[in-house]
Amino acid sequence: METVKSFFETPAPARFKGVLSWLITTDHKRIGLMYLFAIIFWFLLAVVLGGLLRLELMFQGETFLSAQLYNSVFTLHGVIMIFLFIIPALPAVFGNFFLPIQIGTDDVFFPKLNLLSWYLYMAGGVIAVISLFSDGFPDTGWTFYVPFSISTNTNVSTAVSAAFVLGLASMLTGLNFITTIHRMRNRAMGWLQMPLFTWTLYATSWVQLLATPVISITLILVVIERYLGVGLFDPSKGGDPILYQHLFWMYSHPAVYIMILPGMGVISEIIPVFSRKSIFGYKAIVASSMAIAVAGSLVWAHHMYTSGMSDTAVFVFSLLTFVVAIPSAIKVFSWVATLYKGSIQMTPPLFLSLCFIYLFSVGGLTGLVLGAAGANIHVHDTHFVVSHFHFTMFGGTGFAFFAALHYWWPKMFGRMYNFKIAYIASILVTGGFIFHYVPMFILGLQGMPRRYYDYLPQFESGNFLAGFGAAFMIVGIFLMFANLLLTLRKDRDASSDPWGGITLEWQTASPPPLHNFTTEPEVLDYPYDFTGVVEKYSKKPKGE
Amino acid sequence: MENQQEQHIIGYKTLLNVLLLLFVLTGITVGASYLDLGQLNVWLALFIAAIKGTLVLFFFMHMKYEGRALRWSFLGTIFFLFIMISFTFWDVAFR
Repeated sequence: METVKSFFETPAPARFKGVLSWLITTDHKRIGLMYLFAIIFWFLLAVVLGGLLRLELMFQGETFLSAQLYNSVFTLHGVIMIFLFIIPALPAVFGNFFLPIQIGTDDVFFPKLNLLSWYLYMAGGVIAVISLFSDGFPDTGWTFYVPFSISTNTNVSTAVSAAFVLGLASMLTGLNFITTIHRMRNRAMGWLQMPLFTWTLYATSWVQLLATPVISITLILVVIERYLGVGLFDPSKGGDPILYQHLFWMYSHPAVYIMILPGMGVISEIIPVFSRKSIFGYKAIVASSMAIAVAGSLVWAHHMYTSGMSDTAVFVFSLLTFVVAIPSAIKVFSWVATLYKGSIQMTPPLFLSLCFIYLFSVGGLTGLVLGAAGANIHVHDTHFVVSHFHFTMFGGTGFAFFAALHYWWPKMFGRMYNFKIAYIASILVTGGFIFHYVPMFILGLQGMPRRYYDYLPQFESGNFLAGFGAAFMIVGIFLMFANLLLTLRKDRDASSDPWGGITLEWQTASPPPLHNFTTEPEVLDYPYDFTGVVEKYSKKPKGE
Repeated sequence: MENQQEQHIIGYKTLLNVLLLLFVLTGITVGASYLDLGQLNVWLALFIAAIKGTLVLFFFMHMKYEGRALRWSFLGTIFFLFIMISFTFWDVAFR
C-alpha cells in the first residue's frame, strides 16, 4: 500500500480545512466528488418523484395526485433528471475526476472556472427549487413547449432561468475539458493513445459548447415573450410556434448524445478490462464517437413529425435519423466483439455494463421505430416514447453511471464495496427496469398517451404491472447507493489497481494524491495492451 | 502543443477600417431588405451577417492571430451554425 497522502488529506488551497477546504477547492478530484454528492441527491429525489407518478398510475382515476399536481410532478421529475442528473452525471463527476488523470496531468486547464461551474450548477438547482415554492412549479414538461409555456400562469420564467444557469455550467465544463485535452495531455500521449472515455468526453464537450447556447438563447426568448409580449412564437402576434420546437430540439437532441456518449466511453473502459483483452476496433470507436457528435446534430426535427412542419423536412430528418444509428451500432458490435474469446472476469461493473448493452440496444432499436416517419405518427406522444426514452437514457446513461460508480469507486475513495449486495441491487434494478418499461411499450402501441394522470379502463392492467416493476427498481437503486455509501465508514482497503486496469488512473494510488501522480506515469504505445496484465494474473489468481 | 503566448497589437487604422466595413455591410443589409428576392432574402441577410461576424471574430477578437487549433474550433462553430440554420429551411422553405 502506498504511503503517499491522498487528496483527501491534502486540501488545495492548502491553508483551509474542513468544509471550507471543499467549498473553495480548485482540485478537480474534490470538485468531481462535490458534483457526485449533489448529483446523487438530485437523482434520488427525482427517483422518488418518478415513483409517485407511477404509484398514481397504478390505479385508474385520481388516487392521491390531482391532474395539476401530476403535471407539476412529471415536469419536476423531467427537469431534475435531465438538467441536474443525466447531462452532468458522467462528465461532471467522472470527467472531472478522471480526465486529467487519464491523460497524465495534474488538473484541468482552468481550475477556478471548474469550481465556478460547480457553483453555477448548484445555483441552477436552487433556482429550480425556488420556482417550486413561488407560484407553483411549471406544468409544461421539461420541454417548455410554446404556446402553452408562454400562456400558463405557473412559474415558467424561474424554471427556465434555472435551465439557463445549468446550461452555462455545462458549457464552461465543456470548454475546460476541450482545452485540457488539447493543452495538458502528457507529452508522451498522442491523440490515438488517449483512453476511449477521454475521447467520448472530448466529443461530448464539443456538443456541450456548440449546442448549449442555442437552448440558452431560446429560453431567454420564451421569457422575453412572456414579459414583453414580443411575437416570437405566438402565431396571433406573427410568431411561429414550430420555430420554438426547432430551436429547442437543436439543443435537446444533441443533448441526448451529451448524455449517452460519456456512458459509451465508460463501457468502452470496463469491457476490455474484465475481458483481459484489447478493445475491438479502437479507431472505429473513436471515429464513431466523433461521428455521433456530428450526425447527432443533424437529426433534431425527428421529434417534430406531427408538429405540422413540411413533409420534405419529415422525409429528410427521418433519413438522417437512420444514419445516426450506424455509429452507435459500431460501438455495440465492438463491445460484443471484445468480449468474444476474452478471459472474462465477472464483477459488478461488468455485470452493469452487460445490462447497459442489452437495455441500450433495445432503446436504440425502438428509436428506429420512432425515427421512421410512418410508424412515428401512430406512437407519437404515447407511452411507447416514454419507454424508448427511458431505455436509452436510464438503461443507457443511468446504467453506465452505475457501472462507472462501481468501477471507479475503489479508485475515488480507496474502499471496495460488498460484491454480493452490489449484484443483488443490480439484478433488482435491471429486473425491475424491464418489468417497469416493457409494459409501457405495449401500452404505447395500444394508444395510451403520455403526460395524463388518468387513462381508459383497458390500460389498467399494464399500468398496474409497471408499478410493481418500479417498486423493485427503486428498492434496488437505494440498496445500490447504500452499499456504496456505507463503505465510507470503513478503512481504506483497495489497492491501486484492484481490477487489472491499464489506463493511467490505475498507475496511481487509491485514492490519488493531490497532484495525481508521484512519479511520471508510463504511457503505453497502445492504450489497451493487456499483455502485462494477463501475464500477472495468469501467475497469481486475484481475489476480491 | 502550439505556443500561443505571443501578444498581438492591432493598429487603430486597421480597427477603424474594419469598423467602417461593418457599417457599410449594415447599410447593405438594410438596402437588401428593400429588394424582393423571395427565399433568397434570408440567405442574403445571413451571408452578410456571416461576413460581419467573421470580421469581428478575426480582428476584434484576434482570431486571425491564433493557432491552428483555435481557428479550426472557430470553423467548427461556423459549420455548426450553418447546419442549424440551413436545415431549418427543409421545413420553412417547403411548408
